Amino acid sequence: MGSLFRSEEVALCQLFLQSESAYTCVSELGELGLVQFRDLNPDVNAFQRKFVNEVRRCDEMERKLRYLEREIRRDAIPMQDTGDNPEAPMPREMIDLEANFEKLENELKEVNSNAEALKRNYLELTELRHILKKTQVFFDEEGHLWPWQAEAMYPPNLPPDQAPYFDDDDETINLLTDISLHQLKHIGFVAGVILRERVASFERMLWRACRGNVFLRQAQIEEPLEDPATGEQVYKSVFIIFFQGEQLKLRVKKICEGFRATMYPCPEAPADRREMAMGVKTRLDDLNTVLSQTQDHRHRVLVSAARNLRSWMLKVWKIKAIYHSLNMFNIDTIQNGLIAECWIPVPDLETVQLALRRGTEKSGSLPAILNRLSCVESPPTFHRTNKFTRAFQGLIDSYGVASYREMNPAVYTIITFPFLFAIMFGDLGHGIIMTLFGAWMVWKEKPLSVKKVDSEIWNIFFGGRYIILLMGTFSMYTGIIYNDVFSKSLNLFGSSWHVPFNESTIRDNREIMLDPKQPDQYEGTPYPIGLDPLWQLAANKINFLNSYKMKISIIFGIVHMMFGIILSLWNHRFFNRRLNVLCEFIPQVLFMSCLFVYLTLLVFIKWVNYGAGEDVPLVLTPGCAPSILITFINMVLMKGYEEAKGPNSCSAYMYDGQFYLQRMMVVVAVICVPWMLVAKPYFLYRASKQRAMLGTGGVEGAMEETPSTMPVQPAEDHDMSEILIHQGIHTIEFVLGSVSHTASYLRLWALSLAHAQLSEVLWGMVLRIGLSTAGTTGGFAMYFIFAAWATLTVVILVLMEGLSAFLHTLRLHWVEFQSKFYEGQGYAFVPFSFDSILEANESTVTEAK
Amino acid sequence: MGASALPLIMMTLLWGIVGIVLPIILPKGPHRSLMQCILIITGASCWLFWLCCYMHQMNPLIGPMLHNRTLAAVKQLWPQPGATSV
Repeated sequence: MGSLFRSEEVALCQLFLQSESAYTCVSELGELGLVQFRDLNPDVNAFQRKFVNEVRRCDEMERKLRYLEREIRRDAIPMQDTGDNPEAPMPREMIDLEANFEKLENELKEVNSNAEALKRNYLELTELRHILKKTQVFFDEEGHLWPWQAEAMYPPNLPPDQAPYFDDDDETINLLTDISLHQLKHIGFVAGVILRERVASFERMLWRACRGNVFLRQAQIEEPLEDPATGEQVYKSVFIIFFQGEQLKLRVKKICEGFRATMYPCPEAPADRREMAMGVKTRLDDLNTVLSQTQDHRHRVLVSAARNLRSWMLKVWKIKAIYHSLNMFNIDTIQNGLIAECWIPVPDLETVQLALRRGTEKSGSLPAILNRLSCVESPPTFHRTNKFTRAFQGLIDSYGVASYREMNPAVYTIITFPFLFAIMFGDLGHGIIMTLFGAWMVWKEKPLSVKKVDSEIWNIFFGGRYIILLMGTFSMYTGIIYNDVFSKSLNLFGSSWHVPFNESTIRDNREIMLDPKQPDQYEGTPYPIGLDPLWQLAANKINFLNSYKMKISIIFGIVHMMFGIILSLWNHRFFNRRLNVLCEFIPQVLFMSCLFVYLTLLVFIKWVNYGAGEDVPLVLTPGCAPSILITFINMVLMKGYEEAKGPNSCSAYMYDGQFYLQRMMVVVAVICVPWMLVAKPYFLYRASKQRAMLGTGGVEGAMEETPSTMPVQPAEDHDMSEILIHQGIHTIEFVLGSVSHTASYLRLWALSLAHAQLSEVLWGMVLRIGLSTAGTTGGFAMYFIFAAWATLTVVILVLMEGLSAFLHTLRLHWVEFQSKFYEGQGYAFVPFSFDSILEANESTVTEAK
Repeated sequence: MGASALPLIMMTLLWGIVGIVLPIILPKGPHRSLMQCILIITGASCWLFWLCCYMHQMNPLIGPMLHNRTLAAVKQLWPQPGATSV
C-alpha cells in the first residue's frame, strides 16, 4: 500500500553528538526536515537553558536587522530576494556577523542624528528667512488699517507739542522706523513663527492676557516646512507682536513659549535686515549641500545593506532555530557530548544517517551515533504529502489528526469530497466558472506562490486550488447529468418525449401532462446521458426531480457509509483486533445491510420493474407502484401481511416472498444490537478471568489485543463497568446514527434543489428582462442587465452556494463517514525543518507590516 | 425494461476504462497506488451517478406537464417523429 493510505511508521531514536559537531549536525538535520526532537528539559526555565546566551545574541542581531529593514523601507529601496537559501553559518562566523551588524547600526544611527541636527538648523534658518521677508512687508506697508490702531497706542494725555504726526492727513505712521516715536513710546516687538493651527487661540490668549494692549500681525508661510523630529510637513505662520513696556514684553514672551512658537531676533533697520537676509541665504545654501551629502551617504549605506539583508536574516533565523533545538538536548558530561531524543520516520533512517555523517565531516570530529529505542507512548502521525494531497490532508486534520497508523481518510476524500460537493452544486455553467478559476490558480502556481499577499481570504483560496479545480470539474459532470446550464437544459441527443397533439388540442387545453404509456409521447427509452431536456420546461419538474434526487442521495449516502464501515475492517485487521472484527464489524455490516442496503435494493427493484407501457401487468403500472418509504416504515414496525384486495388490484409487495424476507431481515438487525452491546465485554471479561486464574507467569489470554507491528503493550486490567459503558455508548451511537446519518445525506437533495431554484430565479427575474425587451433599447438594457446577472451569479451562486456546499460536504465527511471507522486521537509529526521555520517567520513579518 | 443498449454499453465502457483498465496499465511510480485509488473511486461514482439517472428515467411513472405555449414551441422547434393526432 502507498504511504498515504496509512500514516508512516515512526521510530524513537537516541542521538549521541559530540560537542563540536552538535551544531553542524543539527544544521544538516534542519535542512533535511525529517526529524522531530523531543524536549528533554521540559521543566527547565527558558532562562536557565544552556544556550540561552546564544539565543539572546541572535535576538539582538535580529533586532538590528529589523531596524535596518525599517530604515531601508522608509527610503523605499527595493530589497532583492535572490531566492537562495544560505546555510546556517558556523558559530565563529556568528561573531563576524554580530560585529558587522553593530557597525552598520551605529553608522546608521550616527547618520540619522546628524541629519536630524542639520534639518533642525535648516528649519530655523528657513523660518528666519520667512520672518525677514514677511516683516519687511509689515514695515513697508502703507496700511490704511493702521491709523486708528496707532491712535489707540497713544496715551490720552500727550502734551500737544509732542503729537505732531496726526496733523498730516494722509501720512501714515510707521511705528517702528520712526525713532522718535519709538523712543517716546518704548514700543517693542517680537517676531516669530508658530504652527498655523495655533494662531487663532494664540491671538485670543494674547488679547485676553494683555488686555488688548498688544498688536499681533501674522502672515501665512505658503510652503510647508519639514519638522525635523517626525519628518512630516507642517504649515506655519509668521507673526510679529508689538507691545509697550517691560511687563507686556515678559507676558508676550511667556505666551509665545507656552504656544511653542519659536522667536527670532529681527533687526529694526532695513539695512541690517537685508544684510541678515543675505547671510541667512548663504548659510542655507551651505546647509543644503551638507544635508544632501548626508542623505547620499545614508542612501549608499542602506543600498549596500539591502543587498545582503535578506540572506543575513535567513542566517540569523537558522542560527536561532539551531540553538533552540540544542537547548532541548541533554548534556552528557562524561563523554563531552549531547544526547538528543527524536522521532524519525523509519523509511528515512538512512537519509538521516547520511545527514549526520555530513555534519560530522564538516566539523571534523567523531561520528554521531544513532540508536533506535523502543517506546511506550504512541508516536506522532506522519503523512508524507505533496502539494496536491496536502490540501485534502489538511481538511481531515482540521477535525482530528489520525491516530498512529490508522487508515487515512484523506486518500478517499480526494475524490469523494469534490464528488459530493458536485452533487449539491451540479450546474454546468457554474462548474465551468469554478474550474476556470481553479485551473488558473494551478497553472500560475509558481508566480502566485512567490508573491506574498496579505489577504487571508486569497491565501485560503490559493491553498485549496486543487480542491477547487476538482470540485469544478466534477460539478461540470454532474451539471451535464442534471442537464442544467445556468438553469437551462441542453438538448444534445434529442428528447425522449414528443408532442403528438394537433393544434386544436393544444389550443383548448391550458396544460397537458404527457403520458409515458403512449408510445407517441414517450419513446420508450430514456435520454442517453442525463436528465431529459424537456423536464426543465415542465410545470411538475420539481415533483420528478425530488423523487430522483432523494433516491440518489440515499444511494450515495449508504454507499459512502458502507465504505466507511469496511475501512474499519482494515483497521481491525492491521492492529490484529480479532475481537473487534467479530463483535463490532460483523454486526455493524449486518445491521446496515439488512436495513439500509436493502432499502437501496428496493429502489433499484422499483426502478426496473414498475413503469408505464403497453403490455405491463396491472400490478406493475405506475398507479400501483408502492411507496418505498411506506414499505420501509411498515417493515421496521413489523406490520402484518397486507392482502391484495382482489385479483385485479394493486399489491403492496414488489416481489414474491417480500414479506417474509423483510421480517427475517428486521429480526437479524434487531439481534445485531445486543450482539454489538454485549459480546465484546463478555469476551474481555472471560479473558481477564482466564488471566487471573493462570497467574502472573501465565500465558497471556487468547483474546488479548496485541498489535503486531507496535511494541508489546503491557496487559491492562480491564475495568468491566467502564468497558460496558464504553460499548453501550458505541452501540447506541451506531444504531441511532445509522438512521440519522442516512437522513442527513438528504442534504445532497436539499442543496441541489436550492441551487437549481436560485439559478432559475436569477435567470427568470433578471436576465429574461433584458432578453425580452426588443429593439435597441433591449440591447442597451441587456448590457447592464447582463452585468447584474453575472455579478449575482458569481457572488450568490458560485461563491455563497459554493461555500455552503463545501461546508455541508465537509460535515458529511467528518461526521457521517468518519464516525464509522476513524479515531483521530493522534498528534501531528512536526519535524525540525528550516523551511517551515523560515516560512513561519516570514508570515509573522508580513502580518506585522 | 425501457433501456436501450447503446448508452448503457458506452457509458459502462467509458467508466470501466477509467476505473478498471487505467489503474491496471498505470506505470510504476511512487504514487501508483494513490492514482489507482483516485481512478477507481472516480470511475465507480461517476458510473453509478449516471446509472441512477438513467434508471430513474427509463420507466417513468409520471410525464412532464407542459403549458400549451411550451407544447406548441416544442412541437415546432424540436424534431418530432411524424405527428399523430389525438
